Amino acid sequence: MSLARLVERLLQLIPVLLGVSVIVFVMITLTPGDPVDIMIGDEIVTEEQEEAMRRDLGLDRPVHERFLVFLGNAVQGDFGESFYHGRPVADVIAERLPATIELTLVAMIIALVTAIPLGVLAAIKRNSILDRIATVGSLLGVSLPGFWFGILLIMLFAVQLDLLPVSGRIGYAFEIEPITHFMLIDTLLRGRPDAFLDALSHIILPAITLGLPMTAILMRVTRASMLEVLRQDYVTFAEAKGLARHRILFRHALKNALIPTVSVAAIETGSLLGGNMIVETVFGWPGLGRLVVESIFVRNYPLVQAAVLLYAVTYVMLNFFADILYTVLNPRVKL
Amino acid sequence: MSATEEIIAAGPAEPARETPFRRNMRAFAANPLALGSAVVVGLFILMAIFAPLVAPHDPADTDLLRRLQPPAWLPGGDWAHPLGCDALGRDILSRIIYGARVSIFIGAAVVLVATTIGILAGLAAGYLRGWVDVAISRFVDILLGFPYLIFAIGLMAMMGPGLGNIILALVYKEWVIPCRVVRGETLAARELEYVEAARAIGASRGYIMLREILPNILSPVIVVSTIRMAHVIILEASLSFLGLGVQPPTASWGAMVADGRAFILQAWWVSTFPGVAILLLVLAINVASQGLRDAFDPRFHE
Repeated sequence: MSLARLVERLLQLIPVLLGVSVIVFVMITLTPGDPVDIMIGDEIVTEEQEEAMRRDLGLDRPVHERFLVFLGNAVQGDFGESFYHGRPVADVIAERLPATIELTLVAMIIALVTAIPLGVLAAIKRNSILDRIATVGSLLGVSLPGFWFGILLIMLFAVQLDLLPVSGRIGYAFEIEPITHFMLIDTLLRGRPDAFLDALSHIILPAITLGLPMTAILMRVTRASMLEVLRQDYVTFAEAKGLARHRILFRHALKNALIPTVSVAAIETGSLLGGNMIVETVFGWPGLGRLVVESIFVRNYPLVQAAVLLYAVTYVMLNFFADILYTVLNPRVKL
Repeated sequence: MSATEEIIAAGPAEPARETPFRRNMRAFAANPLALGSAVVVGLFILMAIFAPLVAPHDPADTDLLRRLQPPAWLPGGDWAHPLGCDALGRDILSRIIYGARVSIFIGAAVVLVATTIGILAGLAAGYLRGWVDVAISRFVDILLGFPYLIFAIGLMAMMGPGLGNIILALVYKEWVIPCRVVRGETLAARELEYVEAARAIGASRGYIMLREILPNILSPVIVVSTIRMAHVIILEASLSFLGLGVQPPTASWGAMVADGRAFILQAWWVSTFPGVAILLLVLAINVASQGLRDAFDPRFHE
């Protein structure tokens, strides 16, 4: 891909990101409840003080000016004060973000390492029992409501079998001084394999729950594209040449078959963002998703809006990278 | 009667007799799994409509003596409450039956409204092109920038809970999906001869879009809407699970699963059965819509 195209594609992101911020701003403006009233709460203030607060927040200015101020602040990572925490929204979010990213990454890894081999196997052994199980499994995977599946896993593995913990990120007994803020990495860096295993046991169930729909979709995509590739002339040619079956599959077919899988994986990572809210709520995972849900109930709107914007920007960027990745992997496609 | 005799008995060929739609429906009916799933979906709809007649108890009736009563086949259960009772002693089966109303009504309403908007916007963008297309497509791109559930959660936080607001919150983004399908199909159709012919005889743009193009591109739209219905039902259940959906005491499946979370140690049935209902309905819709897709669109065949 040429540099010019990349720049062109990057420039196309600008109207989308701008539009996304307009929508979030409209959400803020239309949210019922006066922010000043919420900040004041039960305290007794004079009318002058209230006016002063309104001026400080810029609420006395016209809407388009307020939007520009909002945009300017957002670009600098300033989303105002989280009334509930008494700290800047950006700080509260930054504190919760690593747990969410860690969970999302592990979910992705689980999805990739189960979906790709299963999809490939299902395609190679087409119409076999295994293929049928994989098809039914992927259908189940997209039909299972995540929150319910999570609760079932808790009931089975945490309550009945008592193998894994019910909720949280790590046992209370462990105190790990953060370095990277990723629990699985920090425990290892601090030389605490016992804590690592404990953190691992905490992340398994939420990661499986979060990754399930992605696993189902990736498996379908891998199976379909593998079947497509196996029909291609160059595979027939390789067979005719008398190459060994596994060599054809892994050296020739798989490389091409994985192109759609990789780009769908990048897109689906975006959908994991939404799943985070559900999964973190079910498993008491101390990440951003749960924070957003909690914030709605205490009417901590600045935080909700900042998070919605953050999620949207991440989502747009992920889709952008998915596009780029697809073009890089598949030179025949023009962006 | 053999096939040849049938043709002879039917008289001269009447190619207009079997419309593509009928032929597709016949292909659909020939797929037993898809047909069976459609029957299951139909049963759920009937159950929702006739909930007051089907449900053994009033879904809101509380009875603290029956608090967390187990299902009938377990010790302590009785057949008056086959699936047991929740923490307020309400009959779980009756609440599931009434909960079907919420899921199916919201699912159908959202898909219907979103598809209507999507068809109109998609036709306008694809047929009129120009600034209309640019405006609609940009707006679609922006809405696609939001992860679905997060967009809905943001809107629900803003608008507050309630049946109408859930439908609105989901429609705001849902229409984008049929819109993209319709736009793509319209772009292809506007170059075809039948549209050109209609233009040549001086048909108005509205007539061409609604009477010429729309009937010809309806199949993929129907297929997509049925698939989306399953997604919308899960989304609604997810919102209800988070406490942002319909408010108690109205029974909704997602909220019922959430209620049971506090009792997974002593009463697994409270969360489990409503989830089974969601899974069954969504799975049936998914299988049926896959059958529909196979029957309607030969391009999707492997």
